[in-house]
Amino acid sequence: MTRIRLLDIAHARSGDKGDTANVGLIALQPQWYDLLREYVTLPAVEAHFKGVIDGPVERYELPNLKALNFLLHGALDGGGTLSLKTDAQGKVYSTAMLRMEIDVPDDAAKRLGVPGYKKQWPAYTRSPKE
Amino acid sequence: MTEQRVVRVASGQGFWGDWLEAPRRQVEGGDVDYLMLDYLAEVTMSILQKQKERDPNLGYARDFVGAIESVLPAVAERGVRVIANAGGVNPPGCAAAIRAVAQKRGVSEKVRIGVVTGDDLLPRLDELIAQGHALANMETGEPLSTVRDRVLSANAYIGSTPIIEALAKDANIVITGRSTDTALTMAPLRHEFAWGSEDWDKLAAGIVAGHIIECGAQCSGGNCLVDWQNIPDLANVGYPIVEGHADGTFVIYKHPKTGGVISVPSVSEQLVYEMGDPRSYITPDVVADFTTIHLEQAGENRVRVFGIKGRPPTDKLKVSIAYRAGFKAVGTLVYAWPDAYPKAQLADRVLRERLDRLGLKFDHILTEFVGVSATHGRLAGESHDPPEVQLRFGVRGGDKAAVERFTRELAPLVLNGPPSVTGFAGGRPKVEEIVAYWPALVDKTVVQTKVEIQ
Repeated sequence: MTRIRLLDIAHARSGDKGDTANVGLIALQPQWYDLLREYVTLPAVEAHFKGVIDGPVERYELPNLKALNFLLHGALDGGGTLSLKTDAQGKVYSTAMLRMEIDVPDDAAKRLGVPGYKKQWPAYTRSPKE
Repeated sequence: MTEQRVVRVASGQGFWGDWLEAPRRQVEGGDVDYLMLDYLAEVTMSILQKQKERDPNLGYARDFVGAIESVLPAVAERGVRVIANAGGVNPPGCAAAIRAVAQKRGVSEKVRIGVVTGDDLLPRLDELIAQGHALANMETGEPLSTVRDRVLSANAYIGSTPIIEALAKDANIVITGRSTDTALTMAPLRHEFAWGSEDWDKLAAGIVAGHIIECGAQCSGGNCLVDWQNIPDLANVGYPIVEGHADGTFVIYKHPKTGGVISVPSVSEQLVYEMGDPRSYITPDVVADFTTIHLEQAGENRVRVFGIKGRPPTDKLKVSIAYRAGFKAVGTLVYAWPDAYPKAQLADRVLRERLDRLGLKFDHILTEFVGVSATHGRLAGESHDPPEVQLRFGVRGGDKAAVERFTRELAPLVLNGPPSVTGFAGGRPKVEEIVAYWPALVDKTVVQTKVEIQ
């Protein structure tokens, strides 16, 4: 198995609705969406955020956008103006999600060219200046 | 030729507090037909209601007056039309302020203001409750009667229809109260292309266009995680523009010679922002299915959006209600290396013990350690003796005196708590009244919007 950090195969944005944070998780390369769909499962995300949020998680698939959407309930200490949290609007749950790691069979990792822990930006954006 | 016709709707403001330069840059950077300005977030209406209580002429987004002044030449000379939900809880008051600025600039005769009202349900709340409208909280199910005496504002989210009516009556500045953010973009597209009220796919496309540009530069390189180190010239970031077509397809682009980026990833990030169930993005006009959206890079800083499906809306409108919900205060102190984190932890324990001995009762106390775990909790992993840690301590409760007393317990720690502490120059934390958000639904039939042309 190859261990992959989501930061290396996906990007994300998060926001709020009341006491719920949403995290949209988007594959950096279109072919990596299958890895997200297969390995970023509801139980895996529930386990990832255990002790960080108080409520259940919902999961939705957006194959056209190569994205998954997660609703993290009870994530914002009451949310909106009630919240005492620095991140009362759930703006950085996005990168908390990208800390998650998944284990992918070696052949799939190789075939899809996943970068492991090495940072790689998608072909359809410009390449970074190293 | 008619099939080639495009309508350009530019986003000039993503929230109340957004970049003051953006509206002018949008009308001066190239040709646009409409300028859309979104000022209202969930809690904005209650802030505006408080301002209106102090001065009945206020209660609207005052930034809008400056924005209009900066774009008046384009409105008066080039026919750019402005649509904004800047009216807040006082659209007529907002219109009066706009009229005054148009007079001051000598273009009053060229300005026709359309004022949309009818979203404000506050004067009718008791009547609605008496008629059996529970206005139950969408998250908790509690009826509104439990907080009725503390309600500050109540506004129905209204759709594109009254905006279209104002445009049809040749208004060139349309001011609404609690219009949905997306209606501000969908309405001009629907008006220009004469989409029917049951052209579900086209209406849904207009809603998706609105969602993409409603947060301003957040789809054009702002707050964009993908390849963030290489997003060019953010100081000069271009705000997004919808180039709409009659068939419901559209292109997101920005003016030439502006910074930022419009790419499939940048637009994707905005599409998933604040998303719920993607199959059901519910608006007053249509339910849009975000799983049907296709994106395609159609040139440099141009993304084509197509394939969107919609279906009929529900018979309800969402209502944004704000109510007084107690008090809070948050204060901070900074602890320095070495052992910054254990020092901050000790300070937290000391503070909690002192508050406890004072017999102060709070509904909630929250401690965060900024630099260690404030935003990611246990996911942040181990910290290795960071150079500094900010202790951030907040309390919340119904007893204002207790919250007030807390604000006097923080500073003493500088001299009578753990060492290597600084960062208290801001003084005591402020006690804030909490105005909380109560989302509810109401039957569409009870809300009648009105359009007045001035």
